[in-house]
Amino acid sequence: MAKDTVDLTTLIAWLDAFRGYVTENRAYLTELDSAIGDADHGINMTRGMDAVFAKITEAQDGGTPLTTADDLFKAVGMTMVTSVGGASGPLYGTFFLRMGRTSGTAASLDAAGLGAALRAGFDGVVARGKAEAGDKTMVDAMGPALDAYDAAVAGGADPAAAAQAAFEAAEAGRDATVPLVARKGRASYLGERSAGHLDPGATSTALLFRALAETLAAS
Amino acid sequence: MKKLINNPDDVLADALVGLAAAEPLLNVDKKNRIVYRATPKEQGKVALISGGGSGHEPMHGGLVGFGMLDAACAGAVFTSPTPDQMEEATKVVDRGAGVLHIVKNYTGDVMNFEMAAELADAAGIQVESVVTHDDVAVEDSTWTAGRRGVGLTVLLEKIVGACAETGADLATVKALADKVSASGRSMGMALTSCTVPAAGKPTFDIAEDEMEIGVGIHGEPGRHREKLASAHEIAEMLVDPILHDHDFAGAPAIVFVNGLGGTPLIELYLMYGEVAALLEKAGVTIARSLVGPYMTSLEMAGTSVTVLKADDEILRFWDAPVVTPGMRWGA
Repeated sequence: MAKDTVDLTTLIAWLDAFRGYVTENRAYLTELDSAIGDADHGINMTRGMDAVFAKITEAQDGGTPLTTADDLFKAVGMTMVTSVGGASGPLYGTFFLRMGRTSGTAASLDAAGLGAALRAGFDGVVARGKAEAGDKTMVDAMGPALDAYDAAVAGGADPAAAAQAAFEAAEAGRDATVPLVARKGRASYLGERSAGHLDPGATSTALLFRALAETLAAS
Repeated sequence: MKKLINNPDDVLADALVGLAAAEPLLNVDKKNRIVYRATPKEQGKVALISGGGSGHEPMHGGLVGFGMLDAACAGAVFTSPTPDQMEEATKVVDRGAGVLHIVKNYTGDVMNFEMAAELADAAGIQVESVVTHDDVAVEDSTWTAGRRGVGLTVLLEKIVGACAETGADLATVKALADKVSASGRSMGMALTSCTVPAAGKPTFDIAEDEMEIGVGIHGEPGRHREKLASAHEIAEMLVDPILHDHDFAGAPAIVFVNGLGGTPLIELYLMYGEVAALLEKAGVTIARSLVGPYMTSLEMAGTSVTVLKADDEILRFWDAPVVTPGMRWGA
């Protein structure tokens, strides 16, 4: 039975599930990136999420324990920013840092609170990367996911049901990047040649929402 | 791969050890991969930092010193450094007058420097940024990440560094940086590829009788692949797009023929002769010149040409003393 609130343990479980998915898809994400980018997305995301878990483990086992959502997301965001490099480090890092700033000192989030944090993270990604819908970036998976999440919450859904809706919309958004011509990032230099390929950033974003939906369903 | 290295993963760390040992003018923070001046600038003066992927030496670490940069952040080969490095460098070099970040226009570099500026701002340090985007090989468009920052970055660091040395305030230093950035254009070409140590094989294949026109400093593809031509014809292929893109008439110009790492000086001077003749024929008055490998692409053979439309202020700062491992005159 899914709960009405998402506690810190569940948020950590979400990040752990995401680490599992990027690790499992390390070669696949890198292969997608080699077609239209610089062939390092899976390598960088795996390195980043491994560093995130080293940081979380260090904090919980003897360091300064993470007690609020802000503590957790700030640690995750800063670790992504300082260990990933390239474009995905600042983008995923900003996503988590803004999530933290919005969720503040709460130790658990309700459906609306989680939605507000995710939305703030998304706004941070848009501000950082300056991409718009249709530019063939992670925005094309994250934007529809958040719209679906908010619509579900407005209809009375609990966090798990809203996350499921977000996950389905993220996958649809990811698949819709195939025919697009890239307008941001290194893929944009390819112009028309970038069409016909799945965007690696949108693909890893869909994994982030898959991890969220599955973790909340099991919580 | 034939390189003077111990282990492909240790190239940057080992090179920083050597840089620190060789250059008494520099203070190298090996842990954070930041190169500082051994003697910091006086209190009250604007500081300049830059940084980027490694493999372009002497830029940027070798351009740290009096009259130029205060610090340079080194990333892995061809990979942007991270905001924590830039934030640390910004804090260390700030002399109470603010810090200018000099950024080359690549998606990763721009975003990492933006985050560093926000972190520094939160720590109460004034930061301004200039993003160089002088590569005419990339069509400028709102539908792409924009033009790449290349050779003009070296000239900008010299000119703006001299300005900061006079005690000019941050707004003045930033305005000069913007003026230089808007007034220069570059175009490059490669005869051979480079090999990133961690990759172990050449970034692109190119036949013995071919050349890549419009190549980027990381071995990115250029505008077109051509059959090898004479230096005179190559100079035309580099100079024409520059002149087509910007009006250089009616002002003195600084002309920079850069080596990409694998081309000897004898060929760079030969190229300079061709470039200078073409520019003069087109009515450009060359006031100053720079020839040599200042912004390299590992061992790539090839060259890039940068033309900067100058004025009295720019020429005065260009002539001012500079003391760095990679560029030194007037002192």
